Amino acid sequence: MDAIQRQLLEQVADLHGVPSGAYSIRVNGRLDSKASSENITIVQKTDKPGIDIYIAPGTKNESVHIPVVLSQAGIKELVYNDFHIGADCDVVIVAGCGIHNGGDEDSDHSGIHRFVLDKNARVKYVEKHYGDGNGNGKRIMNPTTECELGEGAYMEMETAQIKGVDSTSRTTKAKLDKGATLIVREKLMTHGDQVAETYFEVDMDGEDCSAHLVSRSVAKDRSKQVFTSVMNGNARCNGRSECDAIIMDEASVGAVPQVFANHIDASMVHEAAIGKLAGDQLIKLMTLGLTEQEAEEQIINGFLK
Amino acid sequence: MLELINVSYKTPEGKLIIDNINLKVSERFVAITGPNGSGKSTLAKLIAGIIPASEGKILFNGEDITNMSITERAQKGIGFAFQQPVRFKGLTVLDLISIAAGKRLSQTAACEYLSEVGLCAKEYVNREINSSLSGGELKRIEIAMVNARSTPLTIFDEPEAGIDLWSFNSLIKVFENMYERNKGSIMIISHQERILNIADKIVMLKGGKVDAIGSKDELLPTLLGKGSVSAACYKQGGAE
Repeated sequence: MDAIQRQLLEQVADLHGVPSGAYSIRVNGRLDSKASSENITIVQKTDKPGIDIYIAPGTKNESVHIPVVLSQAGIKELVYNDFHIGADCDVVIVAGCGIHNGGDEDSDHSGIHRFVLDKNARVKYVEKHYGDGNGNGKRIMNPTTECELGEGAYMEMETAQIKGVDSTSRTTKAKLDKGATLIVREKLMTHGDQVAETYFEVDMDGEDCSAHLVSRSVAKDRSKQVFTSVMNGNARCNGRSECDAIIMDEASVGAVPQVFANHIDASMVHEAAIGKLAGDQLIKLMTLGLTEQEAEEQIINGFLK
Repeated sequence: MLELINVSYKTPEGKLIIDNINLKVSERFVAITGPNGSGKSTLAKLIAGIIPASEGKILFNGEDITNMSITERAQKGIGFAFQQPVRFKGLTVLDLISIAAGKRLSQTAACEYLSEVGLCAKEYVNREINSSLSGGELKRIEIAMVNARSTPLTIFDEPEAGIDLWSFNSLIKVFENMYERNKGSIMIISHQERILNIADKIVMLKGGKVDAIGSKDELLPTLLGKGSVSAACYKQGGAE
C-alpha cells in the first residue's frame, strides 16, 4: 500500500496498518490482503467480487475489519460481502470505504453487505465513508445493507459520511424476528454540490422486536439530502425513527418518514426536524468568547459527534 | 468598571425600550430590578452586545465597547448567564464548561463547578445539554458556565427563575464565592427580595429609564412598601 492508501485506511477504519484478528482489505478493485482467525473465517467469493465472512457461534469480543480503498481514478466496482453470524456471538465489524480521486474519471464503489444474525447474536457494525483528491472525477459510493435479525439478536449500526463523497445513495433494509433489536445511527455531512440519499426499510415481524433509527445530518453550500424511512410494525413492537438536520447556505434537506402500524400493539414514532443553525446557540457560544465561525464549528461537531 | 452613557435602544419597529440610561457598575453586587417590560433584560443584552445600542456609549474598563461584537466583549471580560438557557444537541456539560473556561477541563475540574451549583457532578458532566435536562438543571449549568469563565463583570438575567428545589441561600452563596474568586462585579437582574438584599447597589428601572438608584437600605423599604404594581413582583423568597 502507498501513502495515500494508508491515509484512506486510517480515515475509514482507524487503522495504521494490518489489523489484528480477521480482516480483508480491498485496494483499487481487488483483494489486497486477508486473514482469518480461529473463530472467524473469510472466504473469497468465486462467482462474483466479494467475500463471505463466517463467524462461529459463541464468538465473543472479536472484531473483523473489511475496509475498501480506491486511489486510482476511474474504478467502478460492485462488491458483495455476506456475513454469517452464529448464535450467541458478540462481535464488532468495521467496514468503510475511502476514495482518493486525483483524475478526471469517476470512481464508484458500491457494496452490498448482507448480514444474517442467528439467535441472540450481537453485532456492532461501524461504516465510515470518506473521499478526497483534487481531480474532476466524482467520488461515488452506494452502499446497500441488508440485515436479517434472528430471535433475540441485536445489531447496532453506526454509519458516518463526513467529507468528500460527491454522490451517495444508501439503502438499509432489515427484517426483525421475535425480540430482536436494531439500532441505526447515521451521521452525514454534505458540502459543495454533493447529493446524498438515505433509504431505510425495516420490517418488524417478530413479537417484541424494536428498531430505532437516528439520522443526524448537516447540509452545507448547495448540497442536497433526502432521508426516507419506511417502518412496518407487523407485530407487537416498538419502532422509532428520528431525522434531525441542519441546513446552511443554499442547501436542501428532505425528510420522508413513513411508519405503518399493521398490528394493534405496534407502537411507531417518527420525529423529523430540519432547520438552520439556531441563532440562540450561536449567541450563547459567542458570549463564552468564541467567534461566530468557531461557534458554528462547535455546534456542528457536537451535533455530528 | 462598566459605564453606560446616554444609552438608548429602539426596536427596528421604532419602539423605545431603553431611554437614555446613565449608569456606572463597579460594586461587588449590583441588582437591576423593575416591573415587567421595564427594559431589564434589554439592558443586559445591550451590555453583552447581543443587541446594538441605538444611541450612547458603553465603556468597559475605560475602553469604548459600543461597537464591539458579542465575542469581543466576552473576550474583554463580560460574562452573561441567560434567563432561558440554550439547549445543544450533542454538546455535553463538560464541552460547554470547557468552552467557558477557555481550555479543555478535566472531569474533576468541571465537577467542581457543577458541585458548586448543587449538581451531582458525576451524573451530569457527560450529559448532553439537550431536552433531557429540566429547566432547573439547565439553569444551574448556565450558572456553572459563567462561573468557569471568571470574568471581571458577570451579568445574570433572572438567575432565580426556574431554580426549582435548589435554595436561594445556595444561589447567593454561589455569587459570594464567585466574587471571592474573581473580585469582579456581579450584576443581577432580579425581582427577588433575598437577592436584592445582598446588593451593594440597586438600580430600579421603569419604562426604560432609571427610576431610582441607591443602596439597599435606601431603596428596599420603598420598593417593598410601595403597594404598586411592581411591588407585587418582590417575593419573599421561594422559586417563581
